[in-house]
Amino acid sequence: MADMELKASGAREYITFRIGAQYYCIDIMSVREIRGWTPATQLPRAPGFVRGVINLRGVVLPIIDLADRLGFDPTEPTARHVIIVAQTGRQVVGLLVDAVSDIINMPAEKVQPTPDVGSEAARAFVLGVMAIDDRMISLIALESVMPTLAGEAA
Amino acid sequence: MSMKILTVDDSRTMRDMLRLALTSAGFDVVQAVDGLDGLDVLDRENPELVITDINMPKMDGFGFIEGARKIGRFRVVPILVLTTESDPDKKMRAKKAGATGWIVKPFDPVKLVDVIRRVAA
Amino acid sequence: MDPMQAIKVTFFQECEEQLGELETGLLAMQEGSVDDETVNAVFRAVHSIKGGAGAFKLDRLVKFAHVFETTLDKIRNGALAPANAVMKTMLRAADVLADLVTVSREGGAFDDTRSNELIAELNAHCDEKAAVKEAHPEEEGDNNPFAALGWEPVSLSLEPEINEYLIVFRPKPELYAKGNETTRLMRELSRLGALTVHCEIADVPLLANFEPEQSYLSWRATLRSHQDIAAVQAVFEFVDGDCHLDIEPVEASEAHAEPVAEVAPEAAPEAVEEPKAAASVPREAAKAEAGGQGNATQNTIRVDLDRVDRLINLVGELVINQAMLTQRVLEAGAVKNASIATGLDDLEHLTREIQESVMAIRAQPVRPLFQRMSRIVREIADATGKNVRLKTEGEGAEVDRTVIERLADPLTHMIRNAVDHGLERPDARIAAGKPAQGEVRLSAAHKSGRVVIEIADDGRGIDRPRVKAIAIKKGLIAPDAQLTDGEIDNLLFMPGFSTAETVSNISGRGVGMDVVKRSIQALGGRIAITSKLGHGSTFSLSLPLTLAVLDGMVVRVADQTLVVPLNSILETMKPKPGEVYGLGPDTQVIGIRGGFTPLIDVGYALGFRTHRADPMSGVTLLIETEGGVRSALMVDAIQDQRQVVIKSLESNYGHVEGIAAATILGDGRIALILDTDAIVHSSSGRNSPSDMLLAG
Repeated sequence: MADMELKASGAREYITFRIGAQYYCIDIMSVREIRGWTPATQLPRAPGFVRGVINLRGVVLPIIDLADRLGFDPTEPTARHVIIVAQTGRQVVGLLVDAVSDIINMPAEKVQPTPDVGSEAARAFVLGVMAIDDRMISLIALESVMPTLAGEAA
Repeated sequence: MSMKILTVDDSRTMRDMLRLALTSAGFDVVQAVDGLDGLDVLDRENPELVITDINMPKMDGFGFIEGARKIGRFRVVPILVLTTESDPDKKMRAKKAGATGWIVKPFDPVKLVDVIRRVAA
Repeated sequence: MDPMQAIKVTFFQECEEQLGELETGLLAMQEGSVDDETVNAVFRAVHSIKGGAGAFKLDRLVKFAHVFETTLDKIRNGALAPANAVMKTMLRAADVLADLVTVSREGGAFDDTRSNELIAELNAHCDEKAAVKEAHPEEEGDNNPFAALGWEPVSLSLEPEINEYLIVFRPKPELYAKGNETTRLMRELSRLGALTVHCEIADVPLLANFEPEQSYLSWRATLRSHQDIAAVQAVFEFVDGDCHLDIEPVEASEAHAEPVAEVAPEAAPEAVEEPKAAASVPREAAKAEAGGQGNATQNTIRVDLDRVDRLINLVGELVINQAMLTQRVLEAGAVKNASIATGLDDLEHLTREIQESVMAIRAQPVRPLFQRMSRIVREIADATGKNVRLKTEGEGAEVDRTVIERLADPLTHMIRNAVDHGLERPDARIAAGKPAQGEVRLSAAHKSGRVVIEIADDGRGIDRPRVKAIAIKKGLIAPDAQLTDGEIDNLLFMPGFSTAETVSNISGRGVGMDVVKRSIQALGGRIAITSKLGHGSTFSLSLPLTLAVLDGMVVRVADQTLVVPLNSILETMKPKPGEVYGLGPDTQVIGIRGGFTPLIDVGYALGFRTHRADPMSGVTLLIETEGGVRSALMVDAIQDQRQVVIKSLESNYGHVEGIAAATILGDGRIALILDTDAIVHSSSGRNSPSDMLLAG
């Protein structure tokens, strides 16, 4: 099986997406599904990057505006925007991004450490970077972008 | 073909333990929750050996054995009673009712299978 | 899970059930019903626990259960009369047994002195020569041939020496009637060593005289084996009494050569097949006999809770889908078609029915919860030296199991309070002209879609002047506050309030009635007190039957759709000009029938808008929080009233202040369910409690 060979060689699959002009990716194993934008119900006193909650087949799914989270201007979502439904641990969230671009295979050793930059968001939310063709793709630290669950915070 | 054994016990714990011990020894197991249920299952499933508890609601083990022995097909089917070490008179009453032998609780799975082999062909 | 581990889980579940049965039975016996069925059920409960505990080598549990069982057996036999003192011991023993089960399940320390004390007490009762009648008279006559046979495991002789035995064996017909067979016995013997068998056929009669049920054959066998004689005897363990048996050790030198014979063909005559009708007779009779007892367990199945919850979720989906479909059809204008309209109606009906049926799966009677309370009462009565009787009613009322689980702690606390603070000491009761024995009544009843649980005592009642004085002393209310009786009673629920001057270690335990109230509220319940000085107090809890659905009012607030739980809404009204007053820079009150009630703009309180909306533009919902505090919530418009399925916001996001949960509306979008109490609390944070009370 291709999948097993990948694992054996230490390579993983990543789903890449675009925010503005920059490219990011997350491990495909944490992606549950990808769906179009639907209007979210606003949550009171939520941080700005939490766009609210949507109904994902009966599950209350919080939506994170990844652009806002990473320090860009908040997204003005349209029907063309995409929600990547991702899971870490037992928490499931939707990541609002501009567009999904590709699925890539990348051996673990090709993931380079995040360059030492001033941006706090970059340091907190990017695990590492990788080069594909002429693009740099930043690997998102999924756990860090998630909103803290109540109870775990205290 | 593996031997079909009926276990009659009102305790789920005991039923589960018997099932575990017996199925891992390669027997087929059917279950009943009291004596009355036991007679029904007996009739329906035609087991080749029966293990029954004594103290049960609705109909106790003695009643069950007596009932079973009155059914022609089950006159000579081995019936073992589950009993505790402390009450030898239970064993005697069970024998009077027609029990073939007994298994002392808490049973050791190896001994259980051993006793079954002893009374079953 | 390891299968033994899974069985252990079952065992502990079963223990809980058995302990419940035990307690119920013992209480019934204490009340005087010592019929066989009750006594047997009690005995069986302890016996089953002991049996399972033995299998898991829970020695302490086995030891205690054994002594307990022995004592119960005496009662069963009539050797021990179930007098009051005996029954008291039994009930305490049941408590210790429950503790031992808990310790066995969860580990942890267990104080042996209590169990040893009880063991001594039980043994003392056993030794009482109060025997009324002989035990099992029908058995007394029998000479117990098995008593002599020990049931210890057969010990293996390690001596290499070979013994030789001569075995003479002649089965009686009974042997075959019990399912034993000579061939199997001989096969067993052959496992012990070298066996030669000779069958004696001299006694077999001529065919004309042959009785198929008789036994005519006998066997002589010689066994050479390393095993000792006990091992040889053990082979015949099951047939003792059903055969003539003679086992003689033979001196090695005397070893003689018996003529070898094949094991005789099976001597047991084939059982003649009886007509089936005959077989069914005893069973029918037995059924008729047992018919009156009716056992619910026969008709139940055990289902994993996850599966039930999954089903409930799916049905929730179905309800939402059905609502969405209806809305879409309406939008498409297809309802003009009568058959479509009827179809939709039917679908809605069916969906609701499925939902109710599925919810009912999670419902359980409050009985086990109530049973636990009788123990609490006993313990605290012992500790306080009060004489208390717990009366329970309506134990069959069913509630969602989560509600039941989460009710245990608050209920325990309230029961403790009722005995500790509510009831007077026996001498004080007599002085007040009451019976020395106090009564705590615990009841459950269904009332208009909710379950109402009442804890009532016939004690001293709330001393309101004293309660008020304490509240003033503790700074909870202004010294000149004018409070109604109801408001004074509700002071008991304020954080920091405790009527006992020194916190007793019984009711104390660091929780007050405020915690009780919060836990009841967290279940979507309300709590209320009624009390009459000198006559006692009643706490009533009104709880939802399920946590999965809620009756709500759908409202619009700052372009958001919200759901307000219907049970907190007293009335809705449209404010008129001149009814709303400013009170300080940031608060408003509304005049209602001569009183002033704080007015809270929900949109502003939740941060959906930065400025207060004009009260005249909206609708106000008069609500009452659990402390009896009234507030007016302002919303923009009321849209609908409907039952909604509660969805957790916390599993993927977390708790949001002011929001209780979420739900999905007919358009498929999520609406938040308002936590009215939290909204009121956070909005009145700037007010002192006395201001709040003035609001009523």
